[in-house]
Amino acid sequence: MDILKNSFKKSIWVFHLSASGCNACDIEVLELLTPRYDIERFGMKLVGSPRHADALLVCGAINAHSKPRILEVYRQTTKPCLVVLFGACGCSSGIFRDSYSIVGPVDKIIKEEDPDAKIVYIPGCPPKPEAMIEGIIMGLGVL
Amino acid sequence: MKLFVYYLIYPGFVFASIVGLLSTWFDRKLSARIQWRQGPPWYQSFADIGKLLYKEVIVPREANRSGFITAPLFGLAAVTLAVTVLGVNIIEIAGQTTGFIGDVIVVWYLFAIPAIVLVYLGSTSGNPLSSIGVAREIKLLLSYDLPMVILIAMVGAKTGGFSIRAIIEWQQINGPIIGHWYGVLGFIIAIFCIQAKLGRVPFDLAEAETELGSGILMELSGAVLAAYELSQAIALFGLSFFLIVLFWGGVFGGVGILWTILKYVLIMVLLILIKNTNPRVRIDQAMKYFWGWMTGGAILAGILAYLGV
Repeated sequence: MDILKNSFKKSIWVFHLSASGCNACDIEVLELLTPRYDIERFGMKLVGSPRHADALLVCGAINAHSKPRILEVYRQTTKPCLVVLFGACGCSSGIFRDSYSIVGPVDKIIKEEDPDAKIVYIPGCPPKPEAMIEGIIMGLGVL
Repeated sequence: MKLFVYYLIYPGFVFASIVGLLSTWFDRKLSARIQWRQGPPWYQSFADIGKLLYKEVIVPREANRSGFITAPLFGLAAVTLAVTVLGVNIIEIAGQTTGFIGDVIVVWYLFAIPAIVLVYLGSTSGNPLSSIGVAREIKLLLSYDLPMVILIAMVGAKTGGFSIRAIIEWQQINGPIIGHWYGVLGFIIAIFCIQAKLGRVPFDLAEAETELGSGILMELSGAVLAAYELSQAIALFGLSFFLIVLFWGGVFGGVGILWTILKYVLIMVLLILIKNTNPRVRIDQAMKYFWGWMTGGAILAGILAYLGV
């Protein structure tokens, strides 16, 4: 089992989940695939289905409308999986914190569903691609 | 006993999966270099399979549980059998008679079983995006089959035998088929058919990652996906080798092994270049392409072969 667990750290497939963000973080995620940052060096790639995903990249402050969707996608992701919250909104709801439509930071919602969820925070507005790569790789230590 | 060694170790499961996974890595690395990126390290495909085996398997509520878990194994077994039949005919070329009449056709249709398995998996999962992928996969299966079967018939008729052994022996005496014009035409058509059969980029309509969110593969997870990926890797190796056998004279002994590796790498590079320079086509375009241009070209190749050009 050890070799399988180690191979997990060499091959992280990422599913990008935008939860009512402002799109700055979403655009910044695309940078990860460009020749300059190329996350495929670490065996990461973006996949189209949460069933294949090992890491959920969640950005945006969550409003009441997107909360059930986020939980649905989290339940559909095959475990073990890593939840990476990036951007100021993803980490703490940012400047929208006490707004009437915001139901709280993502980590609180996911902890309600699954108290053992592995969560990584990458602050920044938006975080730099270097910071995202470093965050995901540090997150592998948690698994 | 000997059959088990052939099937499980060489040239069957173990050998084919190692070479196939390395080829998959080569595919990703070369694609990355074409796009001016660094690309994954050499053990990447092995790490992917290991990781998928480590993850949990989610079976959709609508799916038939035992069918969903065992179906990919049938695909894997069929592809391994195809590679074994192909490989045994090559390595025992000097020994006793192997193979049987019509094994070319058997090998080609064994390679079709993973697609049928995929259709089963996609339709049992009850996912609407998967069902769109299933419809496309069936249409694609029908469309690339026609030109390829015409080409196999052409090679069989030309070499006077529908067995792999007869095709290789004819080519080792008379020179490879690709040395003639009909061979060049047939080889070009066959490369595109292989590309569609493997579901690679211009013809990846069934999975269409950006459009359907991996479509037909959407509900596969964990070990089920690992079995699918492994059968895909073995099929990549097996189908490239099938082309070498059909058009390029199979494997010659001694230094000829190096030539075989060169031929294999050349076919891989062609497949990768096609993948990296073409956008995805629509399903009606793909069918028109295969039933129009490709079938016409295959018939033309047959006529040229009859005339002996």
